[in-house]
Amino acid sequence: MSQRDQLKKARARKRGKIAIILIGLIAIYVWAISGIEFRGIQETAGPVTKNILKGFISPDWSYVYSPDGEDLIRGLLETLAIAIAGIFLSIILAVPVGLWAAKNLSKSFITSQSGKGVLSFFRTLPDIILALLFIKVVGPGAFAGMLALGIGAMGMLGKLYAEEVEAMDPGPVESIAAVGGNKLQQLAFGVIPQVLPGFISATLYRFEINMRSAATLGLIGAGGVGTALIFAIQGRSWDRVGIILIGIVVVVLIVDLLSSALRKRIT
Amino acid sequence: MMDTKLNGPLPAKPSRWPFYFFLIGLFAIVLISAIYIGANPLTFIQNSDNMVDLFVRMFPPAWSYIATTTPAMLETIRMALLGTTIGMVFSIPIMFLCARNIFRLRWLVELSRIGLNVLRTIPDLLLAAIFAAILGFSPLAGIVALSIFSIGIIAKLSFEAIENIDNGPLESMTAVGANKLQWIAFGVVPQILPHFVSYVLYTFEINIRAAAILGLVGAGGIGVFYDRALGFFAYDQVLALILYTLVVVIIIDLISLKIREKLL
Repeated sequence: MSQRDQLKKARARKRGKIAIILIGLIAIYVWAISGIEFRGIQETAGPVTKNILKGFISPDWSYVYSPDGEDLIRGLLETLAIAIAGIFLSIILAVPVGLWAAKNLSKSFITSQSGKGVLSFFRTLPDIILALLFIKVVGPGAFAGMLALGIGAMGMLGKLYAEEVEAMDPGPVESIAAVGGNKLQQLAFGVIPQVLPGFISATLYRFEINMRSAATLGLIGAGGVGTALIFAIQGRSWDRVGIILIGIVVVVLIVDLLSSALRKRIT
Repeated sequence: MMDTKLNGPLPAKPSRWPFYFFLIGLFAIVLISAIYIGANPLTFIQNSDNMVDLFVRMFPPAWSYIATTTPAMLETIRMALLGTTIGMVFSIPIMFLCARNIFRLRWLVELSRIGLNVLRTIPDLLLAAIFAAILGFSPLAGIVALSIFSIGIIAKLSFEAIENIDNGPLESMTAVGANKLQWIAFGVVPQILPHFVSYVLYTFEINIRAAAILGLVGAGGIGVFYDRALGFFAYDQVLALILYTLVVVIIIDLISLKIREKLL
């Protein structure tokens, strides 16, 4: 008898909990939907959508390559170059900070925590905002984009590197210390060989993200294929928008495939 | 008996040249890329006073700007919330279509996967720029862009979770003659629900960050104010915006993390 009562009570409690969660969710959605300022869809939405779809079906193939001036291939190459140069900069920045933030390499808790703090600060800064700031420093163009990606990726790469170092086996480092290796030798022969595959895999993963980011940087004037895209959108030349998007999708897909194949081989 | 010579000659060390060539090649690619985009460290050094000037003018942050931009910040959160929700709804059928252990039709699964992969290549900001052109400069464009962006993340993570589920309940349901819908509702859903909710929350965290910058291409939210403040060279306002966004992102991350920890 008492057991049945207990079960009943438990069930009632569970139902109450679900009801509270549901009411909370409904309240959140009422708040969200009522607050969105809905100005209605502009009349041109239908024709524009039709034109975009038409642009995808019959893209402007002549834009792919033109011997003089702006074309798709140059835009995509610039995007790729921004992503590559950016990842190189962030590797240089992230390795020391990542080692600094790794718990098992530093003696005091404060050292590694401060490193982690630096990394999480940089992780919250969006690439695009960094790009806007760097445009103010070095002027608009691909260089600003590359600096933004380099700094922006540092936070994430440093964190992944630190986690990789924290997960390693302490044995080799200890044995090098036991035979009298100094700190640098411990790092070079004990730490680096163990974490290298993980570092490379993390870097490749971030490179995939960099490609996507680099494609958007041009929207705000930081170089790459995004510049051509925003001009095409503003000029309402949808067939050109179509070919640019196709180009981005193809290049990003190829980079993704290559990178994930490499990552599978490494780890 | 093993025929091992103890004092025989050591095997030749593998040549290190391929490795060196690989490294040289890698550096060459980086160098060519840097030259191609005109990345000149000198430009950076020459303009370093710009950088110093930027930092100096950032302080103290214009705290009053936080009050001005709060409606836009709330709009950003709303956009992320609705975008994630709509994306979640649409990702449900897609994730089942992409899971190999749910549908036996090989071509259907592979086709869905290719579609999903193509969708995932398009960055959120590009989607927002296109939808801002279609729907006008309004939060609606941002919501639609975020919905499509969310489908890619949620469906990808979820179909991988579906493929890792325990087969036992499914087999027993087949044994007692359940149809496909019952099979999914009582065999698959209970197993993946915690993962699914966790992925939705994770996507919400990503979407908050994304929504904060969509305004730069005219898709609503707080990004519009970044554009405005930078246009007026009001770097103290920019810093206030950055810190404001940072605090909101951290608070939402913490809440979401707490819920996710409880779920899994």
